[in-house]
Amino acid sequence: MKELKILGIVAAFTLVLYWGVEPFAHSQMHKHVEGEGLKYSDLKPAPKGDAARGEALAAACVGCHSINVKNMPAPMDPVMSAQTYGVNPPDLSLAGKVMDEKFFAHFLLNPAEVTKSKHFAMPPSAGSLQDAADIVAYFKSIAPKEVTPKETYEFACGRCHANRYGNWTQIGEVPKTKSNIKTGVDLDALEFKKNLGIYQNKLADYMGKLPPDLSIIIRARSEHFLETLVENPQSQLPGTAMPRVGLNKEGMEKVIEYLEETGDPSKHARSAVGPWVILFFFIFTILAYLWKKSIWKGHY
Amino acid sequence: MAHFDENAKPFSHQWLNERLAIDTLKRVLSTEYWIPKNINFLWAMGMVLAATFGLLLISGIFLLMYYQPNVDLAFDSVNYTIMSEVGYGWLWRHIHGVGASVVFLIIYIHMFTGIYYGSYKRGRELIWLSGMLLFVAFSAEAFSGYMLPWGQMSYWAGMVITNLFAGGSLHADSLVEWIRGDYVPGQAFLNRFFMLHVLLIPLAIIGLIVLHFGTLRIPHVNNQDGEEIDFEEAAKLYKEGKVKESKVIPFNPVFLSKDVFVMGVYFIFFFYLVFYHFEFAMDPVNFDPADPLKTPAHIYPEWYFLWSYEVLRPFSTDVGLIAFAIAQVIFFMLPFLDKSPNVAPASKRGLFKYWFWAMLIDMIVLTFMGKLPPEGIWSTIGLLAAIFFFVLWIALPIITKKEKKL
Amino acid sequence: MANNTKGRRDFMGMALGGFTALGGLGALYAMKRTWDPLPSVKAAGFTTLNMKDYKENELVVEKWRGKPIFVLKQSAETIEKLKKEKPDDLKRLIKVGDGHYTVCVGLCTHLGCIPGFRPETQDFLCACHGGVYDITAEVTKAPPPRGLDIPPYKIDGDKLVLGETGPEYEKMLADGITMPV
Ligand code: HEM
Ligand code: FES
Repeated sequence: MKELKILGIVAAFTLVLYWGVEPFAHSQMHKHVEGEGLKYSDLKPAPKGDAARGEALAAACVGCHSINVKNMPAPMDPVMSAQTYGVNPPDLSLAGKVMDEKFFAHFLLNPAEVTKSKHFAMPPSAGSLQDAADIVAYFKSIAPKEVTPKETYEFACGRCHANRYGNWTQIGEVPKTKSNIKTGVDLDALEFKKNLGIYQNKLADYMGKLPPDLSIIIRARSEHFLETLVENPQSQLPGTAMPRVGLNKEGMEKVIEYLEETGDPSKHARSAVGPWVILFFFIFTILAYLWKKSIWKGHY
Repeated sequence: MAHFDENAKPFSHQWLNERLAIDTLKRVLSTEYWIPKNINFLWAMGMVLAATFGLLLISGIFLLMYYQPNVDLAFDSVNYTIMSEVGYGWLWRHIHGVGASVVFLIIYIHMFTGIYYGSYKRGRELIWLSGMLLFVAFSAEAFSGYMLPWGQMSYWAGMVITNLFAGGSLHADSLVEWIRGDYVPGQAFLNRFFMLHVLLIPLAIIGLIVLHFGTLRIPHVNNQDGEEIDFEEAAKLYKEGKVKESKVIPFNPVFLSKDVFVMGVYFIFFFYLVFYHFEFAMDPVNFDPADPLKTPAHIYPEWYFLWSYEVLRPFSTDVGLIAFAIAQVIFFMLPFLDKSPNVAPASKRGLFKYWFWAMLIDMIVLTFMGKLPPEGIWSTIGLLAAIFFFVLWIALPIITKKEKKL
Repeated sequence: MANNTKGRRDFMGMALGGFTALGGLGALYAMKRTWDPLPSVKAAGFTTLNMKDYKENELVVEKWRGKPIFVLKQSAETIEKLKKEKPDDLKRLIKVGDGHYTVCVGLCTHLGCIPGFRPETQDFLCACHGGVYDITAEVTKAPPPRGLDIPPYKIDGDKLVLGETGPEYEKMLADGITMPV
């Protein structure tokens, strides 16, 4: 039929056009980084660790870090920490859960080299690979069974990257405050802003620039980009100050899930509504076809 | 003096007829607006365009409820408030974004249908010219809308496109500042483009659509063979009940029923894109907030502007600008550059057939090159395609003049 | 259009029209949802008042959901006087700790102006159309149809959380002391 032939030609040109301006153009614009599925193959396997020995060794960690699952607080608040180290050291409760074991062990031995960032505030913190493996075993033993996407983000990314759509700043959630009814001044909010400002200035000095807010990064970059970037920042952004954080598969999944929650919150609604709308137009088209047929009867 | 029947019931058929001539209106605009029978679904593209404009209008109205035309708030008002807080805000936004892109696909199909069948000649010049005005208005509408989310692409497209008005070595910098209301795209710029996008240009578009429809009424639409139909004769046959013998059909309900069917197919495609494939219409780079101190690594216009952008790009500033200016208006000249006496499909018109396909393919090549980084072989291909574009236009009057009357 | 097909045509036309109207209803629903207040607006609808901060016989205006809230701590004398003269009004007071408080939305139940407190006469006068309310914000002179509305509240120790519904507020609703706001 002639009309189908015409439709075929129109569709073919449309598809060629689409191919040229989307998949083809993007393949030429962005270099493709393969990634290695979080194998961290530049690091040797670590020996098996002993959690009991690790517990004793880990006592040194609380000199800088908190371990909330063990009710061990940090010696300084985030702002003070940033003034001292440039960044706030993370709470270690989740470390054994979301970090790759092998990476974690080598990281304790030589943080700057393993994270591939020139200056890393944390000093080498284990005497031997065996000591490191023991500490890792300890953190694995105390980690909670389940972690939420948000907690993982806070641990892995949130001390450098804010996420304003998730109400998250580098020094924690934005608190609920109240302004003075007579003047409209909200001193608590101003105080928080000031502390955040101090933290961000220090962080920017430490990293060279302020790491970007990640609220909607999931739509600005592809998921593949983010995964390979986190696996090895140097592969996507050579020379970047961002450290390799050594997430394992679960950690990566949780971080991506959080970025989807804040950056693409309509995903579920889309997949719930989509089929109905398409179905509606299918039936609409069938009815329209029958209507057309009945009207055109006798015209040829 | 008109006649008003005292006894007619208010709002009854007779009452309305005496005041509004509804029967006459209905006859003139729909039941006796004759359309040739010999047409295909490409003639439904006009109504598809009108429907898409309707979707853009409705979705735009609902976006407007929470959009904030403020450089500090615009980005989050779109990406946070509308996308995650407003009930079905994401739906309006995706309809609007996809609609803005797809409307150009349909416009191009509509235009090339006109070119293929020679529907811009012999009484149909004004249809073509008003259509071109619509194309320009839609381009301005899309550009101004693209500024509104105030992302990196908004900002840098605003910077680059307004700089075109400096006119190269004319250095009309004060004109550029006048357009922006500032030295750089800033608050004044966002506010005025917001005004253009939601008020002035939509008003112009609505007016132009009315004009476009008006220009169709007397010459009637063309048909697949470019045959000149005696519409009065054919209409008489139709009204006598010789439906089969008549070469025409009334717009309502006969042609309309086909339009609606085509629209149905189109809506399936459209909403498939809205729900499952919207990324192509919403550039990732625009999900980074505007940063006046950092240009993105790759900047390029939306796909529908790429061919004319590529006409600008391979040349030096001044030549590029002139080439670009010509490319913007050259399609207006089509009815006057085509010297052939024939109104017929390109396939029957000798050399013009090759001209048609060459033009289509050249514009697609230009479109591809417009998005690729301007380096190496891509630059060369872009330059050749741009030159070829002008060669085709120079050749048009020559080859059409030679055409024999069919 | 041949006449013999008219019946079928009308039927199909109507089926299509009806089905389209159904889709229109769906679209209307989405539009209605777009007009709803945002979740963040609704979530922000809580205000906590520290009742210890208020002094007797001093009207303080707070803000809840963008509306002015009158808070007036009643003195022992007032309570005594009410017991004798207007025992019903006592039901309008909220007891937190040892104090008795009038807490109400400071918008006239007539057409929404803000009534002014008059310490001399111990009442509220709405200047817009002359409505008067007594010290517990019960109406004493028309046009307002009823006393000032009491916002949903929950007593939490010394604090009063506006926007949450506690048993005391539910009882007030059940007794018809106030209308739901
Ligand atoms: C006539 C055809 C129209 C076209 C081609 C068009 C095009 C666009 C484009 C390309 C965008 C940016 C899309 C995005 O990034 O989401 C946009 C945004 C917007 N448009 Fe339109 N538009 C049209 C009509 C309208 C009308 C009639 C209104 C309102 C009366 C409107 C209101 C808006 C608003 C408020 C935005 C900002 C929200 C957003 O960026 O998502 N548009 N438009
Ligand atoms: S608004 Fe208060 S008396 Fe009318």
